[in-house]
Amino acid sequence: MIFGIPIQAFAGQLLVGLINGSFYAMLSLGLAIIFGLLRVINFAHGAQYMLGAFIGYLVLAKLGIGYWPALILVPVIVGLFGIVVERLALSRLYEVDPLYGLLFTFGLALVLEGVFRYVYGVSGNPYPVPPALAGGVNLGFMFLPIYRGWIVVASLIVCLGAWLLVEKTKFGSYLRAATENPKLVQAFGVNVPVLLTLTYGLGAGLAGLAGIMAAPVYQVSPLMGSNMIIVVFAVVVVGGMGSILGAILTGYMLGLAEGLTKVFYPEASSIVIFVIMAIVLLIRPAGLFGKDA
Amino acid sequence: MRRLEGRSPLGRNHMAMISRALAVAFLASVSFPAAAQQFSDNKVKIGILNDQSGVYADFGGKWSYEAAKMAVEDFGGKVKDVPIEVVTADHQNKADIASNIARQWYDTEQVDAIMELTTSSVALAVQGISKEKKKIDIVTGAATSELTGKSCSPYGFHWAYDTHALAVGTGGALVQQGGDTWFFLTADYAFGYSLEEQTSKFVTSKGGKVVGSVRHPLATTDYSSFLLQAQSSGAKVIGLANAGLDTANAIKQAAEFGIVSGGQRMAALLFTLAEVHGLGLEAAQGLTLTEGFYWDRDDESRAWSKKFMDRTGRMPNMIQAGTYSAVLQYLKAIDKAGTDETEAVSKNLHEMPVEDVFARGGKVGPNGRMIYNMYLMEVKKPSESKGPWDYYKVLATIPGDEAYTKPAESGCPLAQ
Repeated sequence: MIFGIPIQAFAGQLLVGLINGSFYAMLSLGLAIIFGLLRVINFAHGAQYMLGAFIGYLVLAKLGIGYWPALILVPVIVGLFGIVVERLALSRLYEVDPLYGLLFTFGLALVLEGVFRYVYGVSGNPYPVPPALAGGVNLGFMFLPIYRGWIVVASLIVCLGAWLLVEKTKFGSYLRAATENPKLVQAFGVNVPVLLTLTYGLGAGLAGLAGIMAAPVYQVSPLMGSNMIIVVFAVVVVGGMGSILGAILTGYMLGLAEGLTKVFYPEASSIVIFVIMAIVLLIRPAGLFGKDA
Repeated sequence: MRRLEGRSPLGRNHMAMISRALAVAFLASVSFPAAAQQFSDNKVKIGILNDQSGVYADFGGKWSYEAAKMAVEDFGGKVKDVPIEVVTADHQNKADIASNIARQWYDTEQVDAIMELTTSSVALAVQGISKEKKKIDIVTGAATSELTGKSCSPYGFHWAYDTHALAVGTGGALVQQGGDTWFFLTADYAFGYSLEEQTSKFVTSKGGKVVGSVRHPLATTDYSSFLLQAQSSGAKVIGLANAGLDTANAIKQAAEFGIVSGGQRMAALLFTLAEVHGLGLEAAQGLTLTEGFYWDRDDESRAWSKKFMDRTGRMPNMIQAGTYSAVLQYLKAIDKAGTDETEAVSKNLHEMPVEDVFARGGKVGPNGRMIYNMYLMEVKKPSESKGPWDYYKVLATIPGDEAYTKPAESGCPLAQ
């Protein structure tokens, strides 16, 4: 028994928290990449996540394209969408106050959400669990749906991959250099604007990937992004704005914290993350993993 | 008159002008009989106030507005030669926003009645304002039975359903089928509490037992933690005392965690056709629920629903069909009274039987509750469904007098 709860139930809740943490980690990762490298507070991230789920639903319903191809296709489409947005609008806002980028992406999110709400309503659409991952296994302390297990594995792979890409590859070093000193990097013959465009596309693509992965678990609804985005922002803030590793680790940690709250005091489960955020900001304003300014 | 007499005799031109004016006035009085006195601002204006962008936007939403317009068209667009207008607004599920809109409608925009009012907190607030301003409100979208209980109004009416009817319908049916132990997943606000409380009361009175409950915040996306608690409680029935997208997500995830295949039953206490459609039969199959209207009930309902479908691309649920019925009945009551004056119309609404595509043999109690038959439904398996929107099997008809609290026992002072 732990705090009056059988240890088995406790282990089950920890696992559930970890699963939710995987989503937080995947979403906050894209957000952290975009903020860290572009200094854009991407409020459209939730809408891009919703877009991912909806494109997955649409290609299945209209074209018969299943989950596995969609796992590649959807992030590419959402990434391309991100690239178009960056080229047409966002790139023009780098020179002005970051607030404009925030306002633009916020507006974009409202427009996207509104369009989908108008066409599809809010109760959402069904998306089946792919047959290969249907069913579940009894772990003894809980019944684990195989799909949920897959989410944890996939999110670990994605997070690790993205971190390696930015921190350990040549492409990543260009990216980081371009944000430190764009003029100098440009002078070395690197096409900085293209680099920034690709970065935004990558961030949007990651949101789209999280969206298609979420589709079999949550209702594919126009509201799914706005339910998630505020939590994800809190994750990024706690992790330290722009810190990729911070965003990933904090995502998992806060997922666990939320999971435990759901056992001990469910009513508070929707605010526990913000309470933690407030405390962290008081003690370490730069976030747990952020560099002090 | 004196002044006129004092002046020189009127010229020919003046006389001609006066007689023309008299003729016009006479003609006008013929074509609009007594309208000026009987109808405020020569117009009947109905406001549809509900959630059009949040979690309940499919539950009633802009589709309810469409249903209201259909009722006006079916009535002929005019009542006693006075034009009818329907206006609408989104209250975003916030009682303060709804109250502001209601006051503005009543005070400056000459709205005569407000209807729909999804979300209990909003409905209670607007009913309070309507009572104070002596205006009629007809609630179809909100659940709480308090509207016709201790918060009842002489000018307030509750149409499609309420928490009591849902508890009796779904709760009663499942206990009878052996579902005698319950665990509740309850939305953490007034509506959830009231639904849980009434269903618990009903379950225990039938010999059942409530083994536990957990309260979750509104618009939670992940229910796995709560579902695990429900699963380990061993209850035979998991009652979902929430609504809209919350219920849909909980059901979808329950399927994932093998809750239904493990032998536990899911009972959605407030779930309508719109949400079943969103969830899909694969996840929703076997679900028991209570609704007051089903499009496939008979020829009349099929014909009306087809018209609704042509306009909206969806089949109506009890909120939308109920809004149609409420608007139509309101217009009938005005027609009978020959005025849109609140007292006279309320009196007719209380007395007239409700007989339309939505409710048959419906009657309104002194507490404002419209009493009519409800249906206990089971959601079909994908293999049983013959086509789009063919979702329900009717398990039982619950007579209105059983489904709804007797007015005298409702706690409404007007019905004592």
